[in-house]
Amino acid sequence: MKNALFLTTAMSLIAGPALADVNLLSWGGAYGNSHLEAYAKPFEAETGTKVVMADADNPATPIKAMVEAGNVSADVASVEYADAVRLCDEGLLELIDPAILAPTADGVAAEEDFIDGAITECFVGTDVYSMVLAYDDAQFSDAKPASPADFFDLEAFPGKRTMRKGAKFNLELALMADGVPADQVYEVLGTDEGVDQAFAKLEEIKDDVIWWEAGAQPPQLLADGEVSMAYAFNGRIFNAAQGEGKPFKIIWDGQIYEMEGWVIPKGAPNLEEALEFVTYSTSPAPQARAAEFISYGPPRKSAAALVGNIEGTDQPMGPNLPTTEANMQNALGSDLDFWVDHDAELNERFNSWLAS
Amino acid sequence: MANATDPHAASVTTASGAGDGTLTTADGKPLARALARSQGRARRRAFLLVLPLLAFILITFVVPIGQMLQRSFHNDGFSANMPQISQWFAENPRGTDIDEAAWTALALDLQASAEERSIGVVGTRINYDVPGTRSLFTSTGRKVRRGIEPPYRETLLDIDEDWGDPVLWGAMRDASTPYTGNFYLASLDRTRAEDGSIEMVPERQQVYQMLFMRTFWLSLLITGLTFVLGFPVAHLLATLPMRKSNLLMILVLLPFWTSLLVRTTSWMVLLQQQGVINDILVWLGVIGDGQRLQMIYNQTGTIIAMTHILLPFMILPLYSVMRTINPSYVRAARSLGATSWTAFRRIYFPQTLPGLGAGALLVFILAVGYYITPALVGGSSGQLISNMIAMHMTDTLNWSMAAALAALLLASVLVLYWLYDRLVGIDNLKLG
Repeated sequence: MKNALFLTTAMSLIAGPALADVNLLSWGGAYGNSHLEAYAKPFEAETGTKVVMADADNPATPIKAMVEAGNVSADVASVEYADAVRLCDEGLLELIDPAILAPTADGVAAEEDFIDGAITECFVGTDVYSMVLAYDDAQFSDAKPASPADFFDLEAFPGKRTMRKGAKFNLELALMADGVPADQVYEVLGTDEGVDQAFAKLEEIKDDVIWWEAGAQPPQLLADGEVSMAYAFNGRIFNAAQGEGKPFKIIWDGQIYEMEGWVIPKGAPNLEEALEFVTYSTSPAPQARAAEFISYGPPRKSAAALVGNIEGTDQPMGPNLPTTEANMQNALGSDLDFWVDHDAELNERFNSWLAS
Repeated sequence: MANATDPHAASVTTASGAGDGTLTTADGKPLARALARSQGRARRRAFLLVLPLLAFILITFVVPIGQMLQRSFHNDGFSANMPQISQWFAENPRGTDIDEAAWTALALDLQASAEERSIGVVGTRINYDVPGTRSLFTSTGRKVRRGIEPPYRETLLDIDEDWGDPVLWGAMRDASTPYTGNFYLASLDRTRAEDGSIEMVPERQQVYQMLFMRTFWLSLLITGLTFVLGFPVAHLLATLPMRKSNLLMILVLLPFWTSLLVRTTSWMVLLQQQGVINDILVWLGVIGDGQRLQMIYNQTGTIIAMTHILLPFMILPLYSVMRTINPSYVRAARSLGATSWTAFRRIYFPQTLPGLGAGALLVFILAVGYYITPALVGGSSGQLISNMIAMHMTDTLNWSMAAALAALLLASVLVLYWLYDRLVGIDNLKLG
């Protein structure tokens, strides 16, 4: 991360922003590729404005550094929802007027078409990803796990588990497994008793959990047979199952979804082009196109129907997306305000719990 | 300089001994001044040669680290954006009742800050000390952005009754000056109580002290292990004929040149429960299929992987020192009747100390700051303090906290370095 920060700062010092191009700061990897194929290339073809892509480990970090140093080299950046709100509150982002967003083909206004919370003052959602439970089909011959409660049931579904090393997602999952309905999870977690309850539930499987740090680890652990169930990002599991033919199955019950989307750093050199790019890339067709490259769902309701087959295959992408109707039963939207408030506190407690 | 046993001093004195007592050069200038001038020129030239390096280190190393460390005790997120209430805190000592002037100052500051979009920074600063208050600031900010009407106390309490919380006011008072020691307190699992005294945080929140202890203990252990494993290897390399030792040297250097991540991942493949070592043990019948050993994703994994990765840093300095040790000393000791153990203990080993010191210092300092290996193979019991620093840098974005933890780590390493200098002497260090 430090490298990325230093590199981007250094790069901006040396190269300086190119004129009248859109400088897009993205994540690289398969996700960055979906931005390139579904947004950047068609946008170039349509408008003639060049899109210059750069990668960062987490584009939110260089934004903070760039704006504070007064040397902004990115026009549009892809960031997580939580970071977008944080950066926006700190005055590091340009405001984006929702009126610039494209309506649907039927003339429905964009604000109606996006799912709740996908548009804020500074942020427009591009995709929805989620934390899901997944298991190795080969390891369970009879009954298959189907819910968060099954993840904590070591007797019925033996084998080790892998979970993200951190408080976020795990506490919510523990409460859902303990019978708290999805819509009350954050209410319960807001109380001391609720946090105790979540940790008590995690304690049940603590000795059988391998904690992962990098998103690539859980599919690897599943593939090696090191664990039988994993709590991981849906895109990673999908890639292993689809790309490498692993027998991994996703349990959508209890999924926790989050959003990623565009922000414009304050003082972006090509603001006009940046807004144009945001308008184009968040219209329904490119949104649906992006979902064909990576299993992250479009936040526009009208885009869902437009999603075709998985790129390079003849299988539909729809069932693999977190936003598909059937997968949204008992889904939980990650509560950003809660985590911004309690991130440090709960992570300290989590690490203390982990070490004890 | 001019002492009698120095041959150079003696010869100069003889050469110009006939004059009035001051030494001069051939063209009659005082020798001392001529010498100073020519040496000064040489020194300036040398300085110009290292200037690029100096500037490079200054720009890429000293300045960023200094700026980062400054964040550990300087955070003006609150004081710079909330000037009026900060002023009120400055004028009224701790324990003063919160009067209408304070509420007015707070309300007007909140409104101005919300308008300027700095309310997030303000809330974040207070949230460091009182978790759960960031959203109090941002949500209140959204409500008062367009203006706020008196009576301010009632209006604010109406928006959220948490505004009356004395803990919150205590935290705002702490944050009203940009300089604070609170991040250092938090780094030592301590916090400021309502009345300003220092107390421990609740036990379930305590983590940093334990991690500092663990980091130093594991680093010491790993240093010890690299010594035990590295010493015989270095000795073997140093005593074998050159051709054979060069071949063996490749075996030490190859892993050294291999990417850290590759080596860490290789250990995962070897050590995991479905991994190579467990498979072999099960195949040999040493353990049953149900009793596979847990050798990774815990402290054991961290120790094994880090020892392996840091081993060359012990072997190489030891080797370079051992090569220079004259074998005839040990032979002489033996011929004078010392047992091989005595000869080793009294003659050979003391001569390897400079290499051992350098190797141990290198391994220990590297181990203390190790991040990626414990993150990947450490599981729950193998985490080190650097993992918490990384968490604060990238996840919670509390750079002040990360800086405070890093400063403590740096300070304790410097203390150890100083101790080492006192006990062993830094002049005895030999890197090769």
